[in-house]
Amino acid sequence: MTDILPFLKSIISVSGLSGYETPVANLIEEKWTPLVDEISRSRLGSIHGLKKGSVSGKAPRPSVLIAAHMDAIGLMVTRIVDGFIYVTNIGGVDSRVLPGTPVMVHATKSGESLYGVVAMPPANLLPEGQSSGAVALKYLMIDTGLTASEVSKRVHNGDRVSFNTEPVEMSGGCVSGHTLDNRASIAALTICLEELKSKTHAWDVWALASIQEEVTFAGAYTSLNQLRPTIAVALDVTFGKGTGANDYQAFPIGKGVTLGIGPSIHPFLHKRFKEVAEKVEIPVKSEAMPEHSSTDADAMQLTAEGIPTMVLSIPQRYMHTPVELVALKDIQRAGRLLAEFVASLEADFINQIAWD
Amino acid sequence: MLSLGATQFKLLEKLCNAMSVSGDEGEVRRIVLEEAKPYADEIKVDALGSVLVRKKGLTASSHKKPLKVLLDAHMDEVGFMIVNDDENGFYNFETVGGIDPRHLVGKQVIVGRDHIPGVIGAKPIHLTTVDERKNTISTDAMRIDLGPEGKAKVGDRATFATKFKRVGPSIMSKSIDDRIGVAILIELLKHAPKNIELCLSFSVQEEVGLRGAKVAAHYFEPDLAIAVDSTPARDLPDYEGNENITYNTKLGEGPAIYLANSSTIDDPRLVRFLEETAIKENIQFQFRQPGGGGTNAGAIQRSRAGVPVVSVSVPHRYTHSPVSVSRISDWKNTLNLLHMALKNMTADLLNR
Repeated sequence: MTDILPFLKSIISVSGLSGYETPVANLIEEKWTPLVDEISRSRLGSIHGLKKGSVSGKAPRPSVLIAAHMDAIGLMVTRIVDGFIYVTNIGGVDSRVLPGTPVMVHATKSGESLYGVVAMPPANLLPEGQSSGAVALKYLMIDTGLTASEVSKRVHNGDRVSFNTEPVEMSGGCVSGHTLDNRASIAALTICLEELKSKTHAWDVWALASIQEEVTFAGAYTSLNQLRPTIAVALDVTFGKGTGANDYQAFPIGKGVTLGIGPSIHPFLHKRFKEVAEKVEIPVKSEAMPEHSSTDADAMQLTAEGIPTMVLSIPQRYMHTPVELVALKDIQRAGRLLAEFVASLEADFINQIAWD
Repeated sequence: MLSLGATQFKLLEKLCNAMSVSGDEGEVRRIVLEEAKPYADEIKVDALGSVLVRKKGLTASSHKKPLKVLLDAHMDEVGFMIVNDDENGFYNFETVGGIDPRHLVGKQVIVGRDHIPGVIGAKPIHLTTVDERKNTISTDAMRIDLGPEGKAKVGDRATFATKFKRVGPSIMSKSIDDRIGVAILIELLKHAPKNIELCLSFSVQEEVGLRGAKVAAHYFEPDLAIAVDSTPARDLPDYEGNENITYNTKLGEGPAIYLANSSTIDDPRLVRFLEETAIKENIQFQFRQPGGGGTNAGAIQRSRAGVPVVSVSVPHRYTHSPVSVSRISDWKNTLNLLHMALKNMTADLLNR
């Protein structure tokens, strides 16, 4: 198995906020191009990689689509006062993780990336009643170290602001940094494509790096409509056990991946994943998703006349903070399990998919 | 005018990136010893760990001893101590010095003398309620996470992992308070004027009660002293657009000369002398708004039979947080104000 760490580090060192995925999309396309037969971008910017299957004949080959969203949560500039930049959120951001966080301001007027830090104003500069407790996002601002005139020459309302924590290798084969949600899954999908180079698979495989999952699932909806796969798998991160998350909703990191169960997931696909995992001895746990999966699967299953979907997740600590943390082992497992699943699909698998 | 070049930036970067939490200042101490040794007439590490340096002045034809001037900058920084092994790579910690816990969640840290990487994690937003997000998370509820196989010892120190950056007119780093003072003292030692006996204390444990400076002042028994530190600037805009009248200091307006704070009323003779020097030498300066906060001047003032003191600070924003911001021009002007003040100092200063 190739070492995925350098690629993973590279994709968590660039931005790619929802709606502005190009910086990371370029790296992914470069990495995937030699691993697939065809590669293209959707009209909204998702990446479609196609690796053709071995079934021949007149009928179109059945296809399995594996979706990993490549967009990230972050911040957007709302106004600038005396060189200080006020922001709002793109996706779910708990403002309590922000004070003192290093960020990158993507300044569109000058085309520069400006280093900055989120400033928590002292109590005396906030309205009454705001002096204690968590400071709400609207009161926080970004200081770039530049003067007011230098900022106004560079930064525009609507410019994006991304987290700027550097990737760190930690003990136990773990990596910490921002945007491992969902670049960890992009890495796993890349491993899957690498594994498939030496495997025979009957079905076509679509590798989808989708846009805007964190806000509207716009990438999943539109790409699935365009590609119309036979079945689809959403690959995402789930809660890892750690500070603040220790009950049943969270899964230990480094101990395997999770298989979703719930209305977004076709039970037959869950069953096949479980069988494959047992066969190749990859540890998996069932993850209850009683209503929504809150992944691209929720959008994918509703495409056209409906698509059987599955959710596979990598446990990750501190989701949506600048210090997300995953175990490389779990990324490798997710990639390998996907490849084994794809290889397990018989030409007539679709006919086996049945409801109880 | 002394200028700031690659050498000075490199030294400040090295000083800021070092870990030197109060009581465990070894990393900065080693840098200071290495830098100061070639220029010192006397150099020693005292009982608490401060580095004490003496540069003798010239006793000219008159047999009057030169004025003995103590400059102090503290080597320590606020940070954390590991207080309990919570198993599987999680560690409880307590803060060392005044840190607002709101600056801690979601931050990268380094732990122990090997700078082991760690993070202070937070519950995913998906699992929180709206009400919960209004509350501050207490340090009791936080852990330093070193990864599943991470190892630290109770008593290990930790600090923010953010690295020094130079950005346009600014520097952005942890521990500008008070590595910038340390860097200024080293530069002043290299350009020590001959008219005075220059005593330098690179002191320990300022952040936990001005401890190093207290005993350093006793040792030197100076005629007067200047605490060179870094003070918060609260010069951000008011959210509701009112004029900010409680700024303390402002970035880019030069060295902040103190008038009074919680620990000291600064000696008016020294305040006046610094002001006159700045005006005469055309060096930008500002007075810090009198108010709270304290520097080592408080401890030095009440040493032995008493020492006339004044504090001078380079302003910084976001005190005791992962990233503070200071202006390079303020650093340079502080260095030059102090350099010119030392050069122009005579015993008459205290006879006013």
